[in-house]
Amino acid sequence: MSTLETPGGGRGRLIEEAARVRGRSLWDDARARLLANKAALSSLIVLGIIAILALFAPLLSPYGYDEVMFDRITIPPDFSRAHWFGTDGLGRDLFVRTLHGARVSLAVGVVATLVSLVIGVAYGATAGFIGGRVDELMMRVVDVLYALPFIFFVIILVVIFGKNFILLFVAIGAVEWLTMARIVRGQTISLKEREFIEAARASGVGTFAIIRTHILPNLLGPVVVYVTLTIPQVILAESFLSFLGLGIQEPLTSWGVLISEGAINMETAPWMLAFPAAFMAITLFCFNFIGDGLRDAIDPKTR
Amino acid sequence: MRETLLEVSDLRVHFPVRGQGLFARPRPLRAVDGVSFTVHAGETLGIVGESGSGKSTIARAILRLNTPTGGRVVWLGTDIARLSEHALRPLRRDLQIIFQDPLASLDPRMTVGDIVAEPLTVAEPELTREARRERVAAMLDLVGLSPQMVNRYPHEFSGGQCQRIGIARAMVVRPRLVLCDEAVSSLDVSIQAQIINLLKRLQREMGLSLIFISHDLSVVRHISDRILVLYLGRVMELGPAERVIGLAHHPYTAALISAVPVPDPAVERGRPRLLLEGEIPSPLDPPSGCVFRTRCPKAQARCAAEVPALVPRGTDEAHLAACHFPNI
Repeated sequence: MSTLETPGGGRGRLIEEAARVRGRSLWDDARARLLANKAALSSLIVLGIIAILALFAPLLSPYGYDEVMFDRITIPPDFSRAHWFGTDGLGRDLFVRTLHGARVSLAVGVVATLVSLVIGVAYGATAGFIGGRVDELMMRVVDVLYALPFIFFVIILVVIFGKNFILLFVAIGAVEWLTMARIVRGQTISLKEREFIEAARASGVGTFAIIRTHILPNLLGPVVVYVTLTIPQVILAESFLSFLGLGIQEPLTSWGVLISEGAINMETAPWMLAFPAAFMAITLFCFNFIGDGLRDAIDPKTR
Repeated sequence: MRETLLEVSDLRVHFPVRGQGLFARPRPLRAVDGVSFTVHAGETLGIVGESGSGKSTIARAILRLNTPTGGRVVWLGTDIARLSEHALRPLRRDLQIIFQDPLASLDPRMTVGDIVAEPLTVAEPELTREARRERVAAMLDLVGLSPQMVNRYPHEFSGGQCQRIGIARAMVVRPRLVLCDEAVSSLDVSIQAQIINLLKRLQREMGLSLIFISHDLSVVRHISDRILVLYLGRVMELGPAERVIGLAHHPYTAALISAVPVPDPAVERGRPRLLLEGEIPSPLDPPSGCVFRTRCPKAQARCAAEVPALVPRGTDEAHLAACHFPNI
């Protein structure tokens, strides 16, 4: 193969230079577009602040989240005593409780979404890529699970296993991955027919290597968008379950629990509803704006 | 006689098409129906035919991107039509493909360097990263791209450059046979010439064989040693390029040749034109006898009754045509 060699050491230099020339990947472009989107960028910042507040909640206030003060029951926001959001019916500081609720809600949102992401992507990509009977069978299973009423399903789980934190992740994750699997399967089927996949197959790249190196990176766009839109759904689902008393148990709290308590005392102590509800609403808005921004950034044609 | 690399005999690719109604039996769509040809070392076989004649299906069947329904695809003595995917893998490096749509055939999320390196990671997993980078850079250089491009992404390149990347990917493992599936059809004419000349140069330097598939007879004529004319999944004519073009036996080939414009307005105006009526029939329901008879100006009763064999019709033993009434 003498023709493949060039005279002199010119190539070595060229290759070194090559390492310095960097192309603009589609992700670079997407990031630039996302950061140019004001709504998405401010949502990212606000969400970051909420996350940091939630993380450092114990350092910001002198009170513990389960610290009951019988002399301070249901007082409105009071800056002199550092009850910035007031206290609840048991005399617990609402600021600390709201931020602790944020921890739980965000954790449930992120973890349950990740669970649904992993299961959904693996399941959907496999079904879509293998196709044929395997696909039929796998997607009929999804259809059957889809038909189960969510609340009914959770109530059964609670009855069988008792109330606990992990059950919540499982229950929500187990429902949310179905939609993810469908989205991923559809995308995989359309990707599978693309010529670069054929090229990889013709080169002898194995099925799972193709899924990993070609299908997954190309799936990432729609999946990332769906993830950012799933997190708020999961947070809402958790709130709903907690509101019904099936979710987080005292003294642990979440936005759903706080809103549920606030709703009961809405007329006498409106701050008990207002602060957690505002936090949750802002968070949900932020996630939705980011999801929208990501969708526009990743696939500018759909804007 | 040069070494025979590939011997395709009686290749059939049928796709089941679900019929109307709940209990309708699936009907076979005969995309490729009994095609035979050979490819020798270092030669270029051109395959021409109109859309839907089964050109791409043949390429895909040889590479086992489709599973052949019947027939044999013998690569250096091994029938690869029946091999398992696993047993096929070591042979894959010898057979590569270049696709029609340059951009679609490159993964938009991978850098050019990774795209070209991919077949190499499968074919020669023992290579170090450095050695692989070196090979990729050398290959890019060979197809006329700067090795500095390795970190760029496909969307940063023009169609012609993307096709060069596709060629680099196919050639980097030093295959023995490359299938060019309409490899220049989506490119501008001046770029087509560049790419064809590049393919010819690489073929000479690397001693490759090519199967060059196109609907454009003028392109195929330029690059091929032998030409195979396909119609509705069947071979109409097969022979040395200059004989097929100069002395077309089959009325279909004659019509194709007459459709190629001559780049001289005076000649072009005065030239008789053989126009074919109608469309290519459905491969779900091909005509009896000679499949071309429904559009053939010379068709007679015998054409409907009897399938014409693909045999030498003239003086040259290597020039075959499937026609009862060949032009000789």
